[in-house]
Amino acid sequence: MNQSEWPLWEVFIRSKQGLDHKHVGSLHAADATMAVQNARDVYTRRLEGVSIWVVESKHIHASNPDDSEAFFDPAADKVYRHPTFYEVPDSIKHM
Amino acid sequence: MLPQNDSRVAAATPAAAPGPLFPFVLQLADTSLILAHRLSEWCGHGPVLEQDLAMANIALDLLGEARSYYQYAAELEGQGRTEDDLAYLRSAVEYRNPLLVEQPNNDFAHTILRQFLFDNFHYHLLKALLTCPDTQLAAIAEKSVKEASYHLKWSSEWVIRLGDGTPESRQRLEKAIATLWRFGEELTTATPSEKALQELGVLPDYATLLPAMQAHTAYVFAEATLPLPGPVFGQQGGKTGRHTEHLGYLLSELQYMQRTYPGLTW
Repeated sequence: MNQSEWPLWEVFIRSKQGLDHKHVGSLHAADATMAVQNARDVYTRRLEGVSIWVVESKHIHASNPDDSEAFFDPAADKVYRHPTFYEVPDSIKHM
Repeated sequence: MLPQNDSRVAAATPAAAPGPLFPFVLQLADTSLILAHRLSEWCGHGPVLEQDLAMANIALDLLGEARSYYQYAAELEGQGRTEDDLAYLRSAVEYRNPLLVEQPNNDFAHTILRQFLFDNFHYHLLKALLTCPDTQLAAIAEKSVKEASYHLKWSSEWVIRLGDGTPESRQRLEKAIATLWRFGEELTTATPSEKALQELGVLPDYATLLPAMQAHTAYVFAEATLPLPGPVFGQQGGKTGRHTEHLGYLLSELQYMQRTYPGLTW
């Protein structure tokens, strides 16, 4: 099998317990087991994470850049949707 | 003579004659160094980027382990030689690595099978060394066994993939088995130094490692749909300094920098 036939996977790493998984990049692998191992080798070499998720890129459906005006611009002038009137206590992290 | 951390080991290494611990620690160091070097030869040449990195990671793990052993060996020897002197400034016949780890990379299947044979022994040896009465060896084992556990997982996974893969991957792996299987036996054949340490209770009798090693091999080969290789005549000699012709070429590259620029540091 040619390597270019291996499907593409998106990799999500949780940097420590309690935080959410963040997208860190993508890689090629023949199946999910190999994708997790490859993610370990490629993306956690410097203590970046405690948990790995992988998902085949084909399962991710993206918004169309052509729709961005209709999708996102209307939110630009609606500042009242931001919860800026609340004070976040100092002890709350990662907000 | 530096203070020893275990009286039995101290007894095994009297100041007058070199004890069995120094050559054994040196053997562990050479084994990890030479295999690390072989794996590092793949750097930039791996079949895919992800596996290129995987092999470089394993090489670095082994290099780190080798350093710990060389530092300990230098301390045991007590002659003022440093870890670098031991790693870079000895001749081929003084190296104590088993023949397996100096065998050339050849193709990816050969590299995988060499790694599998080594990892299966390495992991089980380190597990046994966790309870070693020599606290230094036990400490190194504790750090390295986690790495070795991943190495074994990685190489086992690839034996299964190549064996149960395409006709070409299977045929390449079968060729690797035909070439490399004969070097497996040396790993668990004790040298006089290893026998002495086994009698002192510092090292486990290698026969006690075999059932777990054989069970793992049987499992991996069954998953890979490969028949278990029958008995072969084991090639030995590396652990007592009789090497294949490959080691000299490897060392000429490995030692080049220190030999050309003596004392060079980063």
